[in-house]
Amino acid sequence: MLTIGLGHYLTVGAILFVLGIFGIFLNRKNIIVILMSVELILLSVNINLVAFSATLGDLTGQIFAMFILTVAAAEAAIGLAIVVIYFRNRGSIEVEDVSTLKG
Amino acid sequence: MITDSAIAGLAFYAFSAVLIACAVMVVTSRNPVHSVLFLILGFFNAAALFLIAGAEFLAMILVIVYVGAVAVLFLFVVMMLDIDFVRLREGFQRYAPIGAVIGGILFLELIFVLVTWQSSGEAGGLRLNPTPSAVSNTQAIGQVLYTDYVLLFQGAGLVLLVAMIGAIVLTHRDRARSRRQDIQAQIHRRTQIEMASVPVGASIGDMGILRPLPPEEPKPKAVAHGHGGHAGHDDHGHGGGHH
Repeated sequence: MLTIGLGHYLTVGAILFVLGIFGIFLNRKNIIVILMSVELILLSVNINLVAFSATLGDLTGQIFAMFILTVAAAEAAIGLAIVVIYFRNRGSIEVEDVSTLKG
Repeated sequence: MITDSAIAGLAFYAFSAVLIACAVMVVTSRNPVHSVLFLILGFFNAAALFLIAGAEFLAMILVIVYVGAVAVLFLFVVMMLDIDFVRLREGFQRYAPIGAVIGGILFLELIFVLVTWQSSGEAGGLRLNPTPSAVSNTQAIGQVLYTDYVLLFQGAGLVLLVAMIGAIVLTHRDRARSRRQDIQAQIHRRTQIEMASVPVGASIGDMGILRPLPPEEPKPKAVAHGHGGHAGHDDHGHGGGHH
């Protein structure tokens, strides 16, 4: 019972992933919470990589988790910058208002 | 097997329970500020899970990068933008069922994969970088990261550089009120440059020199301000009353 294996970590990762997907559907209008849900999904991927790395004794998983961390940070910075300039121009960040490019 | 000590097992259950509860609160919280705070707590618990798995360096990086940078960035943006969050929550109940259905299907599929999947017996022989036993986790990662993956490491640095430049370019607003040198206008200046004798202590207002008014700042279209009055802070046209 108290022996923690790969399956435990993978279950936690799966629950986090599903919660992230659910959050994207639930907060269809709020782009900030959507970005936070994407962060949750990337965190679950990291948990999976670290769990496999620890189980197999292979460091490559941790290296890749670091790269995913890098990309997640860059994505959050760019996404929030876009949100800020969109709010500055339109005064709203509702996702459904973002239809200026629609023909 | 990752750990079989009883204390580590109990800690795993505690941290993962708090992590999942935090994720639920991030998704369903009414106030996005609370969402960000729960996200920070969740990242701390994920770092604890990494520690249990033996990835100490990654746990510390998670705390520094996510809690110290990303989550605080979210907090800044949520608090800086004046958003009507009540309107953003319309349709919350409408989208909940389809989200629950899709999430449930996805979770069932993941559980099926987890139940039926089993690791290959040859997986141990296929390792790229087996964990060395004598050195610490940080040292081992450094020995791999700066040798085999140095190009990827540089690429990650480039990604961060591009993201930084992009964020600055996107959000940098050229302040219309700031007076800076316009070199092209200076070069193309056609009026005669003249010298004038200035009495001691005279201001430019006394000399009859008027600075041009700075151009109006562009305003967000949708935000309506009730008070439209502009306080006359510019020094245009005021006589030589102040020195």
